[in-house]
Amino acid sequence: MKVERPRALAAALGLLGDAAAPLVPLAGGTDLLVHWPVRPDARTRGYLDLQRLDELRGIRWSEDALELGALATYWDVITDSRVGAEFPILVEAARQVGAIQIQSRGTWAGNVANGSPAADGVPVLMAFGAVIVLESRQGRREVPLDAYYSGYREGARREAELIVAIRIPRRAHALQRFVKVGPRRAQAIAKVGLAVARSEEGWRVVAASVAPTVRRCRAVERRLEERGLPGSPEELDDALRADVAPIDDLRSTADYRARVLARVLFDATRKGGA
Amino acid sequence: MHGSPELPLSFTLNGDAVSVEADPAARLLDLLRYDLGMTGTKEGCGEGECGACTVWIDGLPADSCLVPAFQVDGREVRTIESVDPARLGPLLSSGATQCGACTPGVVMTGLWILENPGLLRSHAIRELMAGNLCRCTGYDGIIEGIEAALGTRS
Ligand SMILES: Cc1cc2nc3c(=O)[nH]c(=O)nc-3n(C[C@H](O)[C@H](O)[C@H](O)COP(=O)(O)OP(=O)(O)OC[C@H]3O[C@@H](n4cnc5c(N)ncnc54)[C@H](O)[C@@H]3O)c2cc1C
Ligand code: FES
Ligand code: FES
Repeated sequence: MKVERPRALAAALGLLGDAAAPLVPLAGGTDLLVHWPVRPDARTRGYLDLQRLDELRGIRWSEDALELGALATYWDVITDSRVGAEFPILVEAARQVGAIQIQSRGTWAGNVANGSPAADGVPVLMAFGAVIVLESRQGRREVPLDAYYSGYREGARREAELIVAIRIPRRAHALQRFVKVGPRRAQAIAKVGLAVARSEEGWRVVAASVAPTVRRCRAVERRLEERGLPGSPEELDDALRADVAPIDDLRSTADYRARVLARVLFDATRKGGA
Repeated sequence: MHGSPELPLSFTLNGDAVSVEADPAARLLDLLRYDLGMTGTKEGCGEGECGACTVWIDGLPADSCLVPAFQVDGREVRTIESVDPARLGPLLSSGATQCGACTPGVVMTGLWILENPGLLRSHAIRELMAGNLCRCTGYDGIIEGIEAALGTRS
């Protein structure tokens, strides 16, 4: 097992760019270290440890955006009172990721890069219109999170790129909701996840665990813009069917997921809705 | 045994400076138990679910089974061995421990709450303890133990 531990981003990007010796970025390790190192390929892989890259730590505010560095953890967000005041569902979602032992190490960028359809960080970020900032030796590019995934665990990141930051535009929100439906309250993977945000840009509705990727529900958003709030969960069914494709798996069934999603979405749009 | 070059690392362990060479594939849990002989930290699940392996890294609880040893280079690690047994009385009163498999982890998270009581302004003890599973006690004893310890803090 080869491990590189650079102290500067430029050095890290230099190492990542070597196509002959691909490296797997390692941040909090809460996804990568499960079953480590007994995964068949773990000992032959090379890893790029990001933990010494102080440039990627922390949370930064500017006039029009909140920027999470690639090493910003759930706990960093939970303990930042400004985030709690302006983006309360970021804190709510973070508090439902595992428990403190995971929140203290797990990063938002790792959640995005890992690409699980059941992720809890990704839906709230997507509901806020977050942009993923990628950097390689060749320079920076930005990909809106709602255009980041192309398939199950397939993201826009190229092997030579790191996610260096997540930028969240600061919009005034009339409503923000996060709902995680799981088998129990703590330390559980979502059977259905939902993030809803309503700003001057309109509705943003994002669902998790009901498609191969976390999914922005554009038909539902259109439905809400054009026809206002639904009178019953069933009124959302047609739009939802266009947006998501839940499946049966070991955690739940397609039918349960579809019905629960319609119900929690109905509740989320109504509570405090205009 | 592994064929990978050892990685040098230096960190603070329970207040003492430690310098070791670690297998790149070693988890912090392995480093503590097998290289440093500090077997107080337990392995339950090995995948981040149970919290038996909880230690502090830079003042925050973490599952040592999910941390590669090399990531503690330059950091401060605190384990159950640092805990004065005199402090365990109130923490483990009211049936907070039975078989004991979860106890080192429970103590490390409980101690974190005791030393950071401001956390309770935003969090309930139960939420903060959610990453420490216990098959024996049904949790009420653990929560009551921490409450009792909070009450008797000097
Ligand atoms: C017990 C347990 C409970 C969990 N509960 C939840 C939960 O409730 N909800 C949830 O969403 N997740 C959960 N997770 C999964 C995990 O904690 C999160 O996905 C976390 O955000 C991963 O971040 P990390 O920094 O630990 O990632 P790592 O394990 O370090 O990396 C994850 C992936 O991202 C890549 N990566 C990391 N950082 C970068 C970067 N800057 N640039 C490019 N690629 C990068 C890595 O190469 C890897 O593929 C849980 C995990 C465990 C073990
Ligand atoms: S052994 Fe680490 S969490 Fe279970
Ligand atoms: S006392 Fe047995 S697992 Fe907790």
